[in-house]
Amino acid sequence: MDTVETPRRRPAGVGPALAVLEYHLIGYRRVWRGSVLSSFLLPLLTVVGFGLGVGAYVDGGVAGVPYLDYLVPGLIASTALQVAVAESTWPVLGNFEWVRVYAGQAAAPLRVADILGGHLAYVLVRVLISSVVFLAVAAVAGSLHSPWALATLPLMLLLGLAVAAPVFAFAASIPSDNYLALLIRLGVIPMTLFAGVFFPVESLPVVLRGFAYLSPLWHAVDLSRAATLGTAPTWSLPGHLLYLTAWALVGCGLAHARFRRRLVF
Amino acid sequence: MVGALLPRLVGLTAVARRSASVTERNIATLRSSYWVVLISGFLEPLLYLLSIGVGVGALIGELPLPDGSTVPYAAFVAPAMLAASAMSGALAETTFNFFAKMKFMKLYDGVLATPVRPFEIALGELGWAMARGVLYSAAFLGVMVAMELTTPTRALAAFPAAVLIGFAFGALGMAASTYMRSWQDFDLVGFVQFTLFLFSGTFVPAEAYPAVLRWLVEVTPLYRAVDLTRGITTGSGDWSLLLDVLYLLGVLVLGLVVAGRRMGRLLYR
Amino acid sequence: MTTAQPLIQARGLVKRFGDFTAVDGIDVEVRPGEAFGFLGPNGAGKSSTMRMIGCVSPPTAGELRILGMDPRRDGPAIRARLGVCPQLDNLDPELTVRENLTTYARYFGIPRRVAAQRAAELLDFVQLTERAGSKVEPLSGGMKRRLTIARALVNSPDLVLLDEPTTGLDPQARHLVWERLFRLKRQGVTLVLTTHYMDEAEQLCDRLVVMDGGRIVAEGSPRELIDRYSTREVVELRFVVDSQQDVAGKLDGIGERVEVLPDRILLYVADGDAAMAQVHGRALAPASVLVRRSGLEDVFLHLTGRTLVD
Repeated sequence: MDTVETPRRRPAGVGPALAVLEYHLIGYRRVWRGSVLSSFLLPLLTVVGFGLGVGAYVDGGVAGVPYLDYLVPGLIASTALQVAVAESTWPVLGNFEWVRVYAGQAAAPLRVADILGGHLAYVLVRVLISSVVFLAVAAVAGSLHSPWALATLPLMLLLGLAVAAPVFAFAASIPSDNYLALLIRLGVIPMTLFAGVFFPVESLPVVLRGFAYLSPLWHAVDLSRAATLGTAPTWSLPGHLLYLTAWALVGCGLAHARFRRRLVF
Repeated sequence: MVGALLPRLVGLTAVARRSASVTERNIATLRSSYWVVLISGFLEPLLYLLSIGVGVGALIGELPLPDGSTVPYAAFVAPAMLAASAMSGALAETTFNFFAKMKFMKLYDGVLATPVRPFEIALGELGWAMARGVLYSAAFLGVMVAMELTTPTRALAAFPAAVLIGFAFGALGMAASTYMRSWQDFDLVGFVQFTLFLFSGTFVPAEAYPAVLRWLVEVTPLYRAVDLTRGITTGSGDWSLLLDVLYLLGVLVLGLVVAGRRMGRLLYR
Repeated sequence: MTTAQPLIQARGLVKRFGDFTAVDGIDVEVRPGEAFGFLGPNGAGKSSTMRMIGCVSPPTAGELRILGMDPRRDGPAIRARLGVCPQLDNLDPELTVRENLTTYARYFGIPRRVAAQRAAELLDFVQLTERAGSKVEPLSGGMKRRLTIARALVNSPDLVLLDEPTTGLDPQARHLVWERLFRLKRQGVTLVLTTHYMDEAEQLCDRLVVMDGGRIVAEGSPRELIDRYSTREVVELRFVVDSQQDVAGKLDGIGERVEVLPDRILLYVADGDAAMAQVHGRALAPASVLVRRSGLEDVFLHLTGRTLVD
């Protein structure tokens, strides 16, 4: 019956994870039009609405630069955050509960790490695409003041993983998608609004400032701003990177444990 | 005369009763996790107010109003957040959730087998969306008074305005949902909603926009809604508030009629 | 209301969707207290007919009166006295089993206290009392179906419409549903059901119409139809793969009729054992033999030349 020989052994290395990534990329080919609106146009409108609109009323700029230039690196980071969260919430829950994609993949010779890794890699691809587009627009708008701006790309990947991995774990643990709405409202939106994207965290009351420092977004915003403006970050560079890496590692560990419990039993 | 009127009145109470039974169904679905989502929905406009109004406001200072007076930036942004939250609260219930009930859960196919008619379903769902929106608006106005961004009297006057805004957007959302084909179409709804949120004179006066853009902005429903709430809470409104009210009433009626008709066509196949 | 007045009266009823004619001019009368069936394969026009009777689908042409009223004008008034169990369960996934009944009762304007009481009785009737507080999702297919039937009874309807009430259920679940429907029938409730299962129609229906391609091709009680369009017994013969066509020619003259299906040959005969003796007499050796009583399946095959469930 077989016209093509089927391999009898499990492929080694990252091959299986790449196959999972490929699956998600094929899905993206079908829905990318919708993502153009949410991942590109909305951030651009935010740049215009706040950077130019509100910026026109900010006399003298912030920290010695025009408000637009202050805002752009923050928005690059908050867009990366939005994309990472959007791709790790409903899609992950849906793959468990509704379309049961993971269960199908688990029936193939894939390890939990392949399924998780492949999907996380897809999320990072999405983060990277939107960051590249955003950076290009910022360059055209003349908001980039240093070649270090290119360093925002790997930085956004790190932020993406630091956020997506724990959110994967969360989405794999909750009984209803109502909790995702809560995560957005109590976690993502406050972070976006208070972690130094729109105004310096130094003007926050002390308690709130503490929360801003705890959020992964602030660390990415501070580095991103340093990179596009060509200045030194307000906090230590290794400190920022270590903090974000810790979120990513702990997140991956949690996500792997949660996925394992849901898929292998 | 009475003979002709009575059946119509009986008809109206029957419509009200049947619509209420649709609202009741939604109340019965309230579970602990949903309550938290419901309550947390109130946080969103408040966080925007604190971040943009207060945080960015510190960089801006005061803004001029159309009548020539100036107000702190937070007092300028707050009424816009009130209008925007009335909009998004109503839209959340009447677009995404409404579509899910109609297409995904096939909820209305079951309801349709009862004496309840499509128009009454639309009315009942709108009533539910409003129950939620009204609570948000009242709470937000309370915060505005507490932060001294408006006076208690003006807040009282702004409350019915916020309710009207919710109703208008709820009806509009429901009408739009009947044209949706898939979940992907909701990306567009979210996009339009956020665009309105950014450019409806919410964060800067519409006078700051280039002339063409400004005319465009001034005919959108959220701009009229912001104009109405800002006029009331800052006390700077004039006769144009009446125009805003009429405009929103028009949107409400149009939305309801279209939604009822379209639902009839979609469900009575 | 006199017993003579039919609950459903359709004349020349037509339903078209664009170019497609789903129901092509049917005449139907359903009398109070009877169990009436629409029998036919998928796509025969049964569900479209049911939706028109349920007043959620306006007829394209023809005359239709339900409970003596006009569905175009009196939709809500008619639906107030109907109970509908649709083909696919559309229970409310956000509510519990009991809430599904109580909220539905409210759509009929039934007061809350009465609704609670009705729900309790109906849960007992469909044997779901123990699951009253559960959500709908974890219920089995048979339980969901029973709940949908209970929901259709919440307004104590004069007429209950059941669109394929047991499709997709396992045999045990089907028998439980049948048993409950049988009780309803005994209580004098008028039932109208569609099915593509012969055994279901034979079990439940006093009278039925056979539909095919949007038309009614036969009408009567199950017994009448079998007597009219089939023989007393049927012999089912299976032969070794691929030899059927050759064999078929050699069976001529045995019984009234021979039907050759892809997987077996049917002999329509008065006496099965006598027919088998004839088969063996012709030196034919089927791989398997089944002699059974004739049923509606055979009626349908005779009328349309096709099997019902494919």
